[in-house]
Amino acid sequence: MLDTQPDPKSDDGYTTADGRKIGGVAMEMKNITLRFGGVVAIKDISFDIRWGEVRAIIGPNGAGKSSMLNVISGFYNPQEGEIIYKGYRRPRMRPYQVARTGIARTFQNIALFEGMSVLDNIMTGRLHHMKANLFQQALWWGKASREEQENREKVEKIIDFLEIQHIRKTPVARLPYGLKKRVELARALAAEPSILLLDEPMAGMNVEEKEDMSRFILDVNDEFGTTTVLIEHDMGVVMDLSDRVVVMDYGKKIGDGTPDEVRNNEEVIKAYLGVAHD
Amino acid sequence: MLYREAGDFKTSYVADSQTFPIKFDRYGYYFILGFAFLVMPLIINDYWANSIVVPFLIYTIAALGLNILIGYCGQLSLGTGGFMAVGAYASYKLMTAFPDFNIVFVIITAGLITSMVGVLFGLPSLRIKGFYLAVATLAAQFFLIWLFTRTGWFYNYSPTGMISAPTRTVLGYPVTGPRASAVSMYLICLSFLVACAWLARNLTRGTMGRKWMAIRDMDIAAEIIGVNPLMAKLTAFAVSSFFVGIAGALLFTVYLGAAEAGEAFGIDKSFLVLFMVIIGGLGSIFGAFAGAFFLIVGPVLLKLLLVDSLGWPTDLAAHLEIMIVGALILVFLILEPHGIAALWRTIKQKLRLWPFPY
Repeated sequence: MLDTQPDPKSDDGYTTADGRKIGGVAMEMKNITLRFGGVVAIKDISFDIRWGEVRAIIGPNGAGKSSMLNVISGFYNPQEGEIIYKGYRRPRMRPYQVARTGIARTFQNIALFEGMSVLDNIMTGRLHHMKANLFQQALWWGKASREEQENREKVEKIIDFLEIQHIRKTPVARLPYGLKKRVELARALAAEPSILLLDEPMAGMNVEEKEDMSRFILDVNDEFGTTTVLIEHDMGVVMDLSDRVVVMDYGKKIGDGTPDEVRNNEEVIKAYLGVAHD
Repeated sequence: MLYREAGDFKTSYVADSQTFPIKFDRYGYYFILGFAFLVMPLIINDYWANSIVVPFLIYTIAALGLNILIGYCGQLSLGTGGFMAVGAYASYKLMTAFPDFNIVFVIITAGLITSMVGVLFGLPSLRIKGFYLAVATLAAQFFLIWLFTRTGWFYNYSPTGMISAPTRTVLGYPVTGPRASAVSMYLICLSFLVACAWLARNLTRGTMGRKWMAIRDMDIAAEIIGVNPLMAKLTAFAVSSFFVGIAGALLFTVYLGAAEAGEAFGIDKSFLVLFMVIIGGLGSIFGAFAGAFFLIVGPVLLKLLLVDSLGWPTDLAAHLEIMIVGALILVFLILEPHGIAALWRTIKQKLRLWPFPY
């Protein structure tokens, strides 16, 4: 957890308008290009993510935002470019290996394990923190039962934090949409990630649910200092929540900066007003 | 007011996550365990042991194993019969090669050998999913049976091609071979079943079980969360085959005494165990017991009813029995597609509120 905290002494960090200290660079994308056959999903994009900030990626449909997130979480391997994470160049990895380096995410279409209870879903998020081997687990002996209790306590804290105590033992399949989104956030948080990726956490929610979710995202950032990367279509939400914004369109980066800077960027306005491309 | 959780407050996470959270269930479980170990040995006779109880115990172990693979990890397998044959032939080779090796360890070792074979045939599961995997495991079934009937080494070149279990004892009592008594056969199978059920419960309640279920429910999300799909699937194959191997070894050494691969462990056995898992309930330990009970004890009870009570001719009863069991399977699947275990859960839910459901 230590390295997830923003380093206040870091001289290349900055201070946000509301007084939070943002640390040095956690992850840097360098000239990422991702192609599917002839289709270029991401074209030569570079940006950085700093410790402790809420970084948003926005853009019209098909701009390549989700592809970008998939590159970060290791689901796609870009053809060109490199990812510098915690100071080192990240080699080609499988998604489960990336997860072990402290990157957790939620999905655009909820990807919970429908057959399991809420508690089991969130416990799944803590896989890397449980090291008991097959034989210890089979005999429920030593490390296995001890780890189960320790991790249950951690999970209960997250359940408490996200206010989902009442549905702890409910099978996920029975939950309404808004709660599922919250459980998915809980599962990602359970991993105690260094970087939390949220793919449209507020898609399909009503205003009240959006407010709840926004509060949770800000609270997570405040409480645990979790670096958060966010994709969202609701501009109001993005501008309120995020510290810095990357704007993408047709796989290219067309803007990068604080919400105010981005809002006044000419190219961004053009993309959002739907001016024809040449 | 018997079946209540009200007033039964859990003050620790250990107490909250125990297997039988309701007192009534817990005492019921102790009672059944006590009855099975203390009372049953006194009243069991050869007929009950041979036609009902011992096959029920053995097939429950097999159903437990297959349920881990299909119900928990979502990997469809039709190779159960073949894997049971591996357990049987492994135990035969071990018994004949090392006559002083205790039968309990022979059976456990046979399970471990089956486990390795299971992992080998589980390798394609990384690339193949669903029905295609079922077809791949079907290949395992046919290949293994072919191997055991065609290779003399496996049946010690006996002229009949059969393998037969020599007499082996546990604590001085013969449990295999012709001199084994009903009680000792019953007790060894029961001990193995209780141990296997306990292991299965432990594995499925913890991290391993969650990894398996994550793969079953959504394999891509599971991988992004940090589950190594290959490892999760292969451990499921290993654990599942371990149980199935033990079931095969017990079936051959304790129950059948003599066996021929094609006949005792054919594709019909694979389907039998698969039906047990489906009817009992996928992803449930209790479901393995319920499914085995339904398909092993059900037909015997029907026969008792039709032939012994109503006095119908045996051949007519045998045909009717198949038809009735088939119809019952259909009825059950229509009433409760998630198996007897789900039915049982619903009953328990209702019982918690009974008699004042509002």
